[in-house]
Amino acid sequence: MEKIRIENLSLVFGKGKNKALKMLGNGKNKAEILDATGCTVAVREANLSIDEGEIFVVMGLSGSGKSTLLRCINRLINPTKGKIFVNNEEITNMNDKELLNIRRKELAMVFQHFGLLPHRTVLSNVAFGQELQGVPQQEREKQAMETIGLVGLQGYENQKVSELSGGMQQRVGLARGLANKPEVLLMDEAFSALDPLIRSQMQDELLILQEKMKKTIVFITHDLDEAIKIGDRIAIMKDGEIVQIGTSEEIITNPANDYIKSFVENVDRSKIVTAGSIMFAKPKIARLKKDGPAGVLRIMRENGVEHLPVVRTNRTFLGFIKLTDVLRLKQEEAKTIDKAIIEGIMSVTPDTTIENMLPLLSKTNLPIPVVNDDNHLMGVVSPTSIIAESTGMDKHEINDIIQKAIEL
Amino acid sequence: MIVGKYIEDAINWMTINFSGFFDAVNYGMSSLINVIEAFWVWLPFYVVIAIFTGVAWWKAGKQNAILTVLGLIFIYFAGFWVETMQTFALVLASAIIALLMGIPLGIWSAKTETAQKIIRPILDFMQTMPAFVYLIPAVLFFGLGTVPGAFATIIFAMPPVVRLTSLGIKQVPEEIVEATKAFGATPRQLLFKVQLPLAMPTILAGVNQTIMMALSMVVIASMIGAKGLGEIVLQGISQLRIGLGFESGLAVVLLAIILDRITQNLGKSNKKK
Repeated sequence: MEKIRIENLSLVFGKGKNKALKMLGNGKNKAEILDATGCTVAVREANLSIDEGEIFVVMGLSGSGKSTLLRCINRLINPTKGKIFVNNEEITNMNDKELLNIRRKELAMVFQHFGLLPHRTVLSNVAFGQELQGVPQQEREKQAMETIGLVGLQGYENQKVSELSGGMQQRVGLARGLANKPEVLLMDEAFSALDPLIRSQMQDELLILQEKMKKTIVFITHDLDEAIKIGDRIAIMKDGEIVQIGTSEEIITNPANDYIKSFVENVDRSKIVTAGSIMFAKPKIARLKKDGPAGVLRIMRENGVEHLPVVRTNRTFLGFIKLTDVLRLKQEEAKTIDKAIIEGIMSVTPDTTIENMLPLLSKTNLPIPVVNDDNHLMGVVSPTSIIAESTGMDKHEINDIIQKAIEL
Repeated sequence: MIVGKYIEDAINWMTINFSGFFDAVNYGMSSLINVIEAFWVWLPFYVVIAIFTGVAWWKAGKQNAILTVLGLIFIYFAGFWVETMQTFALVLASAIIALLMGIPLGIWSAKTETAQKIIRPILDFMQTMPAFVYLIPAVLFFGLGTVPGAFATIIFAMPPVVRLTSLGIKQVPEEIVEATKAFGATPRQLLFKVQLPLAMPTILAGVNQTIMMALSMVVIASMIGAKGLGEIVLQGISQLRIGLGFESGLAVVLLAIILDRITQNLGKSNKKK
């Protein structure tokens, strides 16, 4: 179900916004608009739909407009043009009172440098949201204690936040966000100021928390690895524009343009790309009852392959059959192929990552079958494409290497 | 005179047309100052010394407490006790009024760009105009005495607290302000729960400056009849009594140091040593 929708959102800083918006409509780029009007285009015609319960990551380098986009959602910054809906209610035309209410009840935010009140204790920082709503002290502190437990800060509740480490402070920030029991959590580079080790730990904890809570999280980051690790879906922004939206795998296997390609180049693809996206989806098959040795031989010759997966008529995967065996069967004038099926082949599911398929290559030189939960054949992955994806080489390069090895 | 003539006309016009208002202000201020002055003069000197020393010890530590005792004993035996209490009362009254007006002005100028544009040049004017100049309209509005002295002192002493209040609020990190807004704070909650508490050290530095400036002006204000240590300094100058002038000047310095040490540490957590 859709939780947040952003429609044609643009944000321009500076005077003479109307002219800038007009130029924007005419497709002028950021630099041209800056030259002509002195206005900076921070966000340009953004369209997004974020589902309930997903972690939606907006990724981009600094100056790409990602943080500005986030601040439009709770209207810390008012967009110049366009609409934002949360739960199908339009945020962008709310009056002050309605806005205050939705900020208090539905949208919580976590900040890069935590944004905590240094002169207060952990407890009173966590209870701050409820304090603003006028919840009595005892009640709000009781609730804050629960949230403090949730993020692992027990025992620290009476310390001043300025005495805590960065990681601990961000736990306070997270707890403060969760204490209001909001439906949406806006996280602005929430882990970017932390040490790598702590950061990775916080990412894990966020994912564990999210499994329990099922909030809708909009997470801003400049770090692709972070985006891939925690994002259900990722939007990549450049110069205020959303360049591509998709799952990490979609973006990596099918980058929208050269910018994104160069971005995802250094990603460890073997952890992300799955069998489903690199398999050959409609392989030629040999059907157990219907195709005799002669028929199978014909299919092999027509397609120039030396082995075929064998399935039952309902596409249940049985094993592979090799050209040499088919030839032998034909000489023996056998009627069926069932004697020659190589069984006990290890198969994978479509969501198996390449990383987890690599070890299988050491056991076989046959393609790896991809099956669904009912063991129906969905496709095959050739060893060459596994190597190609995990090394980033293309198939020709791999063939060249094999050729050279054979020559030696 | 190019503009002086118009200023003169304006001041004269105000003196005539607002005389009722000035009389009311005069009455209110003189009552306030008289009450404060009467109280401090009424207190036996050893009680005053005990109060000052106690506060100094509480806020500024042992060393400053010792300094306070010695300073006040010197003033007492030099024979300036009543004058010192008069000066202190005038400083207190002027500073309170300056703070009551200055802090809200500072908040206002931090909140809106327009307010800042209006207030800033006025502050520049107030601070750089030679202090003696304020004495003239003060006398015209309120006649001779303590109230015009307080009036000139308030104008002279207000700018630091306005500036530093404004600065303190603007120095609150943007992210904290954003976070507060993001959790649904009203502008009033933002001010009282976040901006003022975080700006407090800077505001208190402004309070300290205002009190110091008030003290320096109170002495000058004796030229138009304000009571206190300034009178004696003036007497020393006009009668060329170097010893008297120096001693009374020393009393002013000691009072200044004591007030400075105490107010400087208002913002810090109490240090008892």
